[in-house]
Amino acid sequence: MSADGPRRFKTATAGRALLALAVTALFLFPVYWLFVMSIKTPEEVFATPPVWWPAEISLENFAVLFRDGDVRAIWNSAIVAGVSTVIAMFLGTIAAYSIARYRTGGDHLAIWIISQRMIPPIAIVFPIFLAFALIGLNDTYLGLIALYTAFNLPYVIWMMRGYVEDVPLELEESALVDGLDRWQTLLKVVFPMMRTGLFATSVFTFIFAWNEFIFALILTRTEVITFPVQVSHYFGPQQIFWAKIGAMSVLGTLPVFFTVAMAQKLLVRGISMGAVKG
Amino acid sequence: MARLAVQGLRKSYGKVEALKGVDLDIAEGEFCVFVGPSGCGKSTLLRSIAGLEEIDSGTIAIDGNVVNTLRPRDRNIAMVFQNYALYPYLSVFENIAFGLRARKVPDAEIRSRVANAAEMLGIEALLERMPRQLSGGQRQRVAIGRAVVRDALLFLFDEPLSNLDAQLRDGMRAEIKRLHQEIGKTTIYVTHDQIEAMTLADRIVLLRDGIIEQQGAPLDLFERPATRFVAGFLGSPQMNFVATHLDYVDGALTLIFDEGRRLPLDPARAAAFDKYRSRDVILGVRPEHIARANGGAPRKPADAPLNALIDLVQPTGTRTYAQFRLNETEITVELPSHTVERPGTTIELLFDMSRVILIDPQTQHVIPG
Repeated sequence: MSADGPRRFKTATAGRALLALAVTALFLFPVYWLFVMSIKTPEEVFATPPVWWPAEISLENFAVLFRDGDVRAIWNSAIVAGVSTVIAMFLGTIAAYSIARYRTGGDHLAIWIISQRMIPPIAIVFPIFLAFALIGLNDTYLGLIALYTAFNLPYVIWMMRGYVEDVPLELEESALVDGLDRWQTLLKVVFPMMRTGLFATSVFTFIFAWNEFIFALILTRTEVITFPVQVSHYFGPQQIFWAKIGAMSVLGTLPVFFTVAMAQKLLVRGISMGAVKG
Repeated sequence: MARLAVQGLRKSYGKVEALKGVDLDIAEGEFCVFVGPSGCGKSTLLRSIAGLEEIDSGTIAIDGNVVNTLRPRDRNIAMVFQNYALYPYLSVFENIAFGLRARKVPDAEIRSRVANAAEMLGIEALLERMPRQLSGGQRQRVAIGRAVVRDALLFLFDEPLSNLDAQLRDGMRAEIKRLHQEIGKTTIYVTHDQIEAMTLADRIVLLRDGIIEQQGAPLDLFERPATRFVAGFLGSPQMNFVATHLDYVDGALTLIFDEGRRLPLDPARAAAFDKYRSRDVILGVRPEHIARANGGAPRKPADAPLNALIDLVQPTGTRTYAQFRLNETEITVELPSHTVERPGTTIELLFDMSRVILIDPQTQHVIPG
């Protein structure tokens, strides 16, 4: 190695770190800007030059959301995403178990199921709107929950099938001989064995429902407006309510952000486990 | 304790017939070993008895009650699996207690029964550990503990030692036998290892291609095999088989080999083989039933030594295995150490003609006599 080898190595490392820092800053800037916007006064939001950090932290923007009842959208989202996730996880997991353990539907059912997930929502949203109008499901919890459940099922089945296959068959057989029935085996052996997979899949399913926009926009009016649709309402024809956008986005992002952050380890393990066997 | 009766058991996987009509009776307290090469149906038979496989036809009865349609949990059996099947998220204590909890046994009784089982297996110190903190042998003990703790009618073992290394396997084998002597439960044990079968069994059931080839006490099967397959399966090193010809020479029934080598049959047994005179037969002889002629033993009048050009010598320490060719077949001979030092020597060998078997080449059955 030449004499300036280590120095060249140091420069390269420093360069790479700098680049990584720049990229991170680029991606984190909108998050920062949103957050700062939510605690600014209206004057600060529109000030030129821009205010990087408000003189005084104001929670007025959040207070307004509560006063006007806008936070109801968060509640709606929580109900729709939460309930549809629970139902999709339950149905999807037992369907996956059936496919993995009993070869239900032969070799092709699983592929057919995941192919359902590839339908672009825009292609089916209007037929669904008409169908919902016919049976009175537009702008109801039931309508959105049913739709999100159906839309998430293929993903859940696909993911959970891999996790079920990772559970050694002998563990189940041992439990059956030891005195459990199929349902108890599922609850006491299979579920604990794939808890990371259950968690990871639940998080993704929940986030999908939480973020979903097109279906929610078209299938809701006033009663079950969800968080993304509510935010879109702040882009008015005359005015854009930046402060509300900031505050609402922070409210809507924080729960998901903290869940994922806390369970990061579990999540990474769950995702990569599913990736080995698909 | 329980009796087990299996009648006309059949099981297919698609077009593959795994069991082609198995009849079997296992007495109370018996230690029965299913043995055979892979794919012979021994595991399928065990799993059918456990209720983990649905059978196509036939009956399985425990203590006279047909259990065909009973779920595994209702058959009251305990099973030890090849891969231990321990729940990785439960402690050793909870693993052993699992079956008792499933059957809603009261807590105090669970504690005392788990403690008993742990003591019997010498794993009291491991009860608070998790399975991943255990060695292979310890895991196997816990797996056995899970079975022992249950007051089951039948104990089933599915190749429980095949994941252990050789040394550990010998120790565990002895322990399983001791355990059976202590609790005396009817036990069925599946293995592909003939040594395990011989050492453990009260009765060996030797399976081949989905049928029972022969069953009986280990030494019965070893000394009186019914077919060439049984003769070859039990015993290590394997029995030698040589195609040869049987005919009268000088008024005595004699096996005729190449290079003018001959072996007169034991006169006491010759009458039974008379109908095979002038026919081809297969000679079966175990390596330990051939000895060196000039080994010092007094020669009986009937003894006819056979010349053997030794071409391979394998000392094992206690014994030495030597090989020579007879009728184009490599024959292994088990001799005392130092009997033969190197290949290339010709020695005289004596066959114990009272122990050899003759096999009909068409049916592959051992000719009685």
